[in-house]
Amino acid sequence: MTSFTLNGKDVSVDVPDDTPLLWVLRDELRMTGTKFGCGIAQCGACTVVVDGMSRRSCVTPISTLEGASIETIEQLEGPEADAVRAAWEEIDVPQCGWCQSGQIVSATSLLRMIPKPTDEDIDNAMAGNICRCATYVRIRQAIHNAADTLEG
Amino acid sequence: MTITQSRRAFLGSGAALMIGMTLPLRSRAQQGPAAALDQGAGAAMPDAFAPNAFIRIGTDDTVTLLSKHIEFGQGPYTGLATLVAEELDADWSQMRAEGAPANNELYKNLFFGLQGTGGSTAIANSYMQMRKAGAAAKAMLVAAAAEEWGVPAGEITVSKGVVSHPSGKSSGFGALTEKAAGMTAPDEPVLKDPKDFVLIGTDLPKLDTKAKSTGEAQFTLDVYRDNMKTVVVAHPRVMGATVKSFDSAEAEAVPGVTAVREIPMGVAVYAESTAAALKGRSKLKIEWDLSKAETRSSDEIMADFSASAKEGGVVVEEAGDSDAAIEGAATVHEAEFRFPYLAHAPMEPLDAVLELKDGKAEVWAGAQFPGADQQAIAQTLGLKPEDVTLHVLYAGGSFGRRAQTIPQMGMEISAIAKAAGGDGAWKLVWTREDDLAGGFYRPMTVHRMRGGLDADGNIVGWQDTVVNQSIMLGTMMEGPDANGKDATSYEGSTKMPYDLPALKVDWVRKENPVSVLWWRSVGHTHTGYATEVFLDELLEKAGKDPVQGRLDLMKPEASRDRGVLEAVAKLAGWDGQKVKNGRGYGVAVHESFSTYVAQIVEVSEVDGKPKVHKVWCAVDCGVAVNPNVIRAQMEGGIGYGLGTILHNALILGKGGEVTQLNFDDYPMLRINEMPEVEVEIIKSAEAPTGVGEPGLPPVGPALANAWRALTGTSVTSLPFGQAGV
Repeated sequence: MTSFTLNGKDVSVDVPDDTPLLWVLRDELRMTGTKFGCGIAQCGACTVVVDGMSRRSCVTPISTLEGASIETIEQLEGPEADAVRAAWEEIDVPQCGWCQSGQIVSATSLLRMIPKPTDEDIDNAMAGNICRCATYVRIRQAIHNAADTLEG
Repeated sequence: MTITQSRRAFLGSGAALMIGMTLPLRSRAQQGPAAALDQGAGAAMPDAFAPNAFIRIGTDDTVTLLSKHIEFGQGPYTGLATLVAEELDADWSQMRAEGAPANNELYKNLFFGLQGTGGSTAIANSYMQMRKAGAAAKAMLVAAAAEEWGVPAGEITVSKGVVSHPSGKSSGFGALTEKAAGMTAPDEPVLKDPKDFVLIGTDLPKLDTKAKSTGEAQFTLDVYRDNMKTVVVAHPRVMGATVKSFDSAEAEAVPGVTAVREIPMGVAVYAESTAAALKGRSKLKIEWDLSKAETRSSDEIMADFSASAKEGGVVVEEAGDSDAAIEGAATVHEAEFRFPYLAHAPMEPLDAVLELKDGKAEVWAGAQFPGADQQAIAQTLGLKPEDVTLHVLYAGGSFGRRAQTIPQMGMEISAIAKAAGGDGAWKLVWTREDDLAGGFYRPMTVHRMRGGLDADGNIVGWQDTVVNQSIMLGTMMEGPDANGKDATSYEGSTKMPYDLPALKVDWVRKENPVSVLWWRSVGHTHTGYATEVFLDELLEKAGKDPVQGRLDLMKPEASRDRGVLEAVAKLAGWDGQKVKNGRGYGVAVHESFSTYVAQIVEVSEVDGKPKVHKVWCAVDCGVAVNPNVIRAQMEGGIGYGLGTILHNALILGKGGEVTQLNFDDYPMLRINEMPEVEVEIIKSAEAPTGVGEPGLPPVGPALANAWRALTGTSVTSLPFGQAGV
């Protein structure tokens, strides 16, 4: 039995220790916004926030999360998350949409740490998130736009 | 299973074949095949007004488009809804979209004759049909209002979702639905004059953006049914291999694994969760039968293709005596271009959910030819096709992968259900390894090119021998008129916009057990590269400017090729300098799927490798229904093409085993490699054509031409990374 906080709520799950968080979120808790893309932490589709840091849930064993606080796309909150989502909608970033939960979580994490990122900051923070539709031009623009919004 | 209609039709003639325009009509009182509508939102919204199979108007004023085309990012939900909303005079804020269920009759692609998405045809084949659907619905709403208010229909106007009469009476659509359902749909609804368009041609926000920015969008992997088992299949890693024997004792001992069964595609592991299924699969011991498999490596297959290129094949286009012209030329140039197999690698690997209960099957899938999957499922399970309901959901990319020449997903999920025995629910999950090693690749291809210049630098002869496997011959997509030819193998090498006095294009068909499939822009993925790089080399040898040299060669009728080339040259400020301030510039122009695209690439050299800074792009796709979506597709096509040209080859290693199984060794373009993109859309009154694929073909050759200008190195064996670049 592993107990943690998911989007502000206490949760306990009884699954084998080595079960990746991704499949706990999806199969056990039916939080399906977090996506599967590679299973080896190469694509970022499964990105969530664990104790304030973005993590690849596909390679995070559930047993390492006792007492952790986890945020997923469904309840990502705060001014940075709001600004990112608004910026995403404003310029229609998504195409197929599969990777976008991970992109938005990574972008939100970036803005929480660096409120006014440079292009190089964006490259460094977002290079772990593959978008096969190559919406990168708009991802970059939306992050800049969100930063501008936050600056007020 | 046979599907008699041919995909060749649209591939050969593109948008010219807009025939059999039909508008399946249905009011609430009607019965019959259109009952498919009840699977849409009939149940969720029993009072909804469905004037035809494509539109549902709710009592809450919402207008829902039932999209006959699957949405995987290329934008048909938004595009088709725009066409409906325009003629319906709906307000954009009231528009919604969802996937239409499988029904080959109601939801056929008018270019294919069956329900299907591909060939960048969604807008092109739907342009008149969706406008008529919207106009018919509007006429019925107006008739309802006229009866309700006791006024002549001709005095009623509709604007932004409000029906009104000069007397001051007005109504939203929702309040008129009940009465409208009793009205007769006009046979030939009156369409707007394009000058009166208020929505078509504007940057309307996409209907699916919000759901895809919150995690709410429903994809196939997100479907869960009661008592559902998750199933993963151990597929062969060698093309054409089959199961000889297997030992499942350890797999069955994994907690959560409920069964292991052999199916025609491999060994299926059934489990209570995805994690258990994956663990179970990893414990299988399988011996494969390689007797019918392709056990040659990519290098060995390529050497075979290369040898065939020297022998030549069936002539598919010829003008003049190109042998004599090249023989007598002052300068002869030859090159062999080599293109590897490629995987599509959509971000959501293939998947499907099937629930079988009381002799009926309900299926959820990102099916691109849903009618074909529906038939395959019915056949495997011994059901009537009408007892198989297939919901088409959002799909996490496709790029051609879900447009199957055999209904692979339908066959696999139904084989899983059949092997399980009895009623139940199953979700088939493919991993990235299944995806990359799963075949259905862009065909490996060799182009052997020969060209001759006279003493003045004019091209006097051109030859292009294409060697590859056929995508369509021998599949359900082979048309009755195929005659041993498959234009998808060499499209783009033929019908070039250039006026070449002597030309020969021939094709050698190779056959082997590696399954191949259309991959974003199909034949143009390689023909665009081979022709536009080779032409650029000839122009260089002749001392001619790459832009002006192309313009001078263009046929008089190639006005749209000319238009995009001139536009991109202006956009990029082309001044004839191929190298400036340490950066190289290259150009390419290529038409595919009746859409014309020209691009200029700016590249520099960093640590011996190309760094692409910017791509300028001009596109002519006829009437621009939604410029926002068109720009997005150009950006995406450029990124998809660039990543491939730089990094990708799906390699069969020793013994034919796929050597790349995940993104660590089959690398994708990442944000730090994405160039700036500037797009210009040519204003046009021509019928609209597609944009999902045509943005891709020019970027590779434009990059190669820029790189050659900068470094002197011609890249003829792709990708750049494996050419030692």
